[in-house]
Amino acid sequence: MERKRSLKERLRDWDADAFDLTNEIAGPMHPAPAALPERPKDAEPEDALAAEDFRVLRRAYPILAALLGLMTVVFLLVAVFDLPPFGAAGTPTDNEVALRYVRDGMTETGAVNLVAGVILDYRAFDTLGESHVLFTALVAVLILLLKAEDPAIDDEGTLTLRQDRIVTTAASILVPIIVLFGLYVILNGHLGPGGGFSGGAIIGAGLILYAVAFGFSRLETKLNLGSFRIICLAALWFYSLSKCYSFFCGANGLHTVFSPGTPGRILSAGLILPLNAAVGIVVACTMYGLFSLFQRGKI
Amino acid sequence: MEYFELLLLGLLVACGAATCLTKNLLSAVVIFMAYSLVMSILWAILRAPDLAVTEAAVGAGISSLLLFLTLKKLRDLRRKAQEDGTEKES
Repeated sequence: MERKRSLKERLRDWDADAFDLTNEIAGPMHPAPAALPERPKDAEPEDALAAEDFRVLRRAYPILAALLGLMTVVFLLVAVFDLPPFGAAGTPTDNEVALRYVRDGMTETGAVNLVAGVILDYRAFDTLGESHVLFTALVAVLILLLKAEDPAIDDEGTLTLRQDRIVTTAASILVPIIVLFGLYVILNGHLGPGGGFSGGAIIGAGLILYAVAFGFSRLETKLNLGSFRIICLAALWFYSLSKCYSFFCGANGLHTVFSPGTPGRILSAGLILPLNAAVGIVVACTMYGLFSLFQRGKI
Repeated sequence: MEYFELLLLGLLVACGAATCLTKNLLSAVVIFMAYSLVMSILWAILRAPDLAVTEAAVGAGISSLLLFLTLKKLRDLRRKAQEDGTEKES
């Protein structure tokens, strides 16, 4: 008979009986990791001092977590109760904001494409958060799934795609056009529909098509994990630094420094063009990076 | 123009339902791709060209590519498991 288990033990091995796919998938090529050694009950830890510290921290964690949660709840509630009532006639968002964007957007941001003006000038801080969300998601995926840099493992997981004549010919014609179109979408983000995100996605798709048709070896010299990290970090740093001045100006633009220029010119709209380029670089690298890591069996 | 929109909306609902109901995963991904394309045309009709471009690039392009790659990888793993004879009876 199974003895009654405490709640703590149940929590620890809640999925012990779950169907384990590791052996199914891995096969003999990737031997499954050896089972973790059974921890003896009431075992004395080797480092008693560290264990003591850990125990104190352990006791403080729930309290700190509860405090953090409570603080978040209080902050959110304060913010919610500070909002004007829903549908009130005097709400500024209903009357002034949209009108001002439509009326003064072009002269204030210099962007003919009003969407780009709102996204990358008025609401640039939101877009900064969105770029970081994408980057953080990728970093989390890499931390969780990236295998160790072991050359013996690397080539085993690579899926070999068949080199097809149709694909190769089509790709050699299409890839330059796709990448060029992506560049156009990024650089024209303040003049017409498009912008950093969509243009970056288009360039990423073009790079993926190139990699599928011609293999990774040629792209690998320029675009590997190291350069990917540097490029993404540099773009995000540039974005963060170039928008953080808004905090000190009370969200007013510095129009003498970053001039809106003549709306309609390619070199206008202040910081929108370089910001679009930064977002596009991050998105293109992320898309291509995810694909290539997955394809080569490194994830 | 209105009939065209209605046709596209009907196609959208049909594609969405078919994606869920299809047994074959490869067909599901292809139908999902078609769903994204119809959606991107609808965005363009609704005068949101920014969204149309993004939807076409991300929805129909990259996410389908990643799903295709996942399917290929799964098939590869299944084949490998069968060759090794390590497949367990489920």
